[in-house]
Amino acid sequence: MARYGPKEHDVLIVGGGAAGLRASIAITENHPELSVAVISKVYPMRSHTVSAEGGAAAVIKDDDSLDDHAYDTISGADWLCDQDAVEAFVKEAPEELLQLEHWGCPWNREEDGNIAVRSFGGMKIKRTWFAADKTGFHLLHTLFQTSMKYDPIQRYDEFFVTRLVVEDGRCQGVIAIELATGKLEFIAARSVILCTGGCGKIFPFTTNANIKSGDGMALAYRAGVPLKDMEFVQYHPTGLPFTGILITEAARAEGGFLLNKEGYRYLQDYDLGEPKPYPVLRSMELGPRDRLSQAFEKEKEKGRTIEGPYGDYVHLDLKHLGERKIDEKIPFVRELCRKYENLDPAKEMIPVRPVVHYVMGGVHTDINGATPIEGLYSAGEAACVSINGANRLGSNSLTECLVFGARAGKAAAEYAAGKKKFSDGLEKIVSDEGKRIERMFFSEHGDQSESIAGIRKEMHQAMEDGAGIYRTEDSLKSSEKTIKELQERLHRISIQDHSYTFNTELTSAFELSYMLDVAEAIIRSALQRTESRGSHQRKDYPERDDEQFLSHSLAYQTGDGTPRVEYQPVTITRWPPGERKYGQ
Amino acid sequence: MEQTITLQVQRYIPEQYPEPYFQSYEVPLRKKWVILDALNYIKDEIDGTLTYRWSCRMGVCGSCGMMVNDRPALTCATFLEEYAPGPVRITPLDYFGIIRDLVVNTDDFMGKLKRAQPWLITDEAKPLSEGAYKQTPQEKAEYEQYSMCINCMLCYSACPVVGLEPDFVGPAAIALAQRYNYDSRDEGEDQRNEELTGEGGIYSCTLVGECSEVCPKAVDPAGAIQRYKATGAVEWWQSVLMPWKGKS
Amino acid sequence: MSNAPKISAGERVRYKPQIYMPQMSIFWWVKDRAYVFFIIRELTSLVVAAYVILMMIQINALSQGPEAWQALTDWFATPFSIGLHIVFLILLIFHTLTWFWVAPTAMVVRIGSKKVPGSILIAGNIAMWLIISLAIGWLIVSI
Repeated sequence: MARYGPKEHDVLIVGGGAAGLRASIAITENHPELSVAVISKVYPMRSHTVSAEGGAAAVIKDDDSLDDHAYDTISGADWLCDQDAVEAFVKEAPEELLQLEHWGCPWNREEDGNIAVRSFGGMKIKRTWFAADKTGFHLLHTLFQTSMKYDPIQRYDEFFVTRLVVEDGRCQGVIAIELATGKLEFIAARSVILCTGGCGKIFPFTTNANIKSGDGMALAYRAGVPLKDMEFVQYHPTGLPFTGILITEAARAEGGFLLNKEGYRYLQDYDLGEPKPYPVLRSMELGPRDRLSQAFEKEKEKGRTIEGPYGDYVHLDLKHLGERKIDEKIPFVRELCRKYENLDPAKEMIPVRPVVHYVMGGVHTDINGATPIEGLYSAGEAACVSINGANRLGSNSLTECLVFGARAGKAAAEYAAGKKKFSDGLEKIVSDEGKRIERMFFSEHGDQSESIAGIRKEMHQAMEDGAGIYRTEDSLKSSEKTIKELQERLHRISIQDHSYTFNTELTSAFELSYMLDVAEAIIRSALQRTESRGSHQRKDYPERDDEQFLSHSLAYQTGDGTPRVEYQPVTITRWPPGERKYGQ
Repeated sequence: MEQTITLQVQRYIPEQYPEPYFQSYEVPLRKKWVILDALNYIKDEIDGTLTYRWSCRMGVCGSCGMMVNDRPALTCATFLEEYAPGPVRITPLDYFGIIRDLVVNTDDFMGKLKRAQPWLITDEAKPLSEGAYKQTPQEKAEYEQYSMCINCMLCYSACPVVGLEPDFVGPAAIALAQRYNYDSRDEGEDQRNEELTGEGGIYSCTLVGECSEVCPKAVDPAGAIQRYKATGAVEWWQSVLMPWKGKS
Repeated sequence: MSNAPKISAGERVRYKPQIYMPQMSIFWWVKDRAYVFFIIRELTSLVVAAYVILMMIQINALSQGPEAWQALTDWFATPFSIGLHIVFLILLIFHTLTWFWVAPTAMVVRIGSKKVPGSILIAGNIAMWLIISLAIGWLIVSI
């Protein structure tokens, strides 16, 4: 039986955000005998979970019910989610958030000391737990600090994974670069969980952090796992124009207005209800994210948005909330506006535009986070279970990380506990991988050389133009062509930085290659879905087509730049497809 | 012609030269650009070898702390314009070992965080079935400020004691301990005291106070440490004057 | 530190990681105004020690009898001694004030749910200090 020394684990988690850390704790609590490790390209507390602002949804109040949460999620998803997964999700959600409370998460409270909840876009009832408007930050730090308590959880901080090791039909570990030394290493594991987050960085304007380049999605895709529902990309209606910094939905939940050039609450023109001076659930500014972003595009076409140096924008008006409420409920919004826009939302209106926020799609998994490859699991934004369907409900994503992080952790641990033997000679893959990296990124191309930044910029443009809020066959085809060309040109990158120490030019090149792979899956899936549903809006096919497309797309890599897309029917349990109605 | 500004960036590439040196770059001086935007411009357009950490660009991930004109700052939250006409000196965070260019070694820091035992400690585990702990907004306010630390390590670079006494557990770690000590759900104070009142603990702090000045999140670690000392002193007097009362 | 050569293209060189540990200059405290202030605050604490020694000298003189006491008080009356005391007093007041300034960092006082601002704490402390000083002064004068 092959042994791989100290760098051999039962379960290896790739990514140290909410899903990854939750998985690691679930494993060590349920299977203390297993060796578990978290490998991450950044220190865990730098993970993008940290940027989540608004909150995490789970039913705890008496006026709420699991069915209500499920219905809001399913209708928000435009019926493209698997209802068995949603039912499991809403059922386990309260316990997960409670667990976080027991670990010390500073949830906001009511006067009597009970957990407070706030309203959120697309929800009938207030059910979003929040820690001011830094919920993701508090959640991640609570998880990270709690994980320190468990000595068995080993960490590989600042290790960059370059490929999965799949041998004999099983995932048996990863190959990774230790950034500080540049050393390429094989880390063996009986099961691997990908918790690497989304891929918002494929787009130019995004709330996503620099690290969100779809690494795990591309790793799985290259290993033969299909990417599910990749055509569904969520735009958040309120990002700051230049930086893409998120102004949380909570700002609207507390009563913020969206105003066009004329100071008019334009959402009333888009089937989102009547304007009221106070926030109304599932109405106007509290409509779902896809509808709000689409309304912005329509306003832009009508010439009713405001032109700015970083694209058109509208105004988010919080002035009427007053300084005190802003400081109490959404202090981070004020801090961000002051620090990055140089304005005070208590006195001035905030310029906002839709920015890419979340990808509903991801690594194809079942309800336990298992992918079609034995020993490979995924959870969090990287995965697609799916509960988010065609449009994720705001404040479901943090909860999703916890519920499915824990589930994937338990499933991966159980699989690993079977102690299957490792295949022989896996360490040889390291030297092959080393040669591949040298050839791929360090060869000389003279004046044929391409730059990372150049290719990245063209990819951004292609995605924004062809696969944005509204899509057509022509726009998608032209983007597909561009992405293919860019994939060719990627082979002519020659990295200037020849140091082995913390080579971020090399990791940027890898990230770019991951993003291009994921981009091809997004575009191809979008091309083949000839209907409009949720966040996927085709101008040439404006209607939802349940007959043909009440099913998940599964994009398989083929190697020639055009993925093969297959379909799998959506699981319906109790909520047959209906019309999405808001503003009533 | 677009206005420009010069960045003098400290470089260190161990394979190439055994010591750090400075390299100058001229970048556009654009409105709304932060220092980090200028570094990204250099990396994308001028010199792909420049190395630094960054991620969220919204002041919450804590990756991009550096010395800007010798003061610790989050480069994503520091406008370039403030330093016009320049030049601006960018160096790695003080008192840390340098791995490469602006990337410092944070292993020690991670160890120090752990010394603070930053997790909820209770005498008996409360089962989930009993529901949530009660905590009033006032009780939450007691520790809220100390829970805001993003681990950016600026306070370590502002603290000469960290430089002079490498074992000093440091401002952020002590503030983090206080975050749990002041949490109404926590019962781990004695356990943390054992670690933090000893060698390299709270009494190493000489109250320079700069940690709180540079903190981008107004955590006020200096205050956290002084309150810790004050509590320690009160408890010591109690144990001397009223030995029969025992530990509370 | 000079402008060293650019990394040359070509073969990548394997190496062992070498973390560079910068040395702290003994003049670290001049590089920032706050550090200078801190050092002055720490140094002026020596004046507190000087007053303690002075008091011990006084007690010693008292125990030696009236002549020794007279000699000491005569020395106190010299212009040098008066000058020295004025300088010491200024430094001591400075030292005392620095502690009042940092007091709010160690004291969190709440009235209801509102935090009392630091400036009020400082003012309160200084007021208390003045009242106590005046009371002691009045005691000395009236005895």
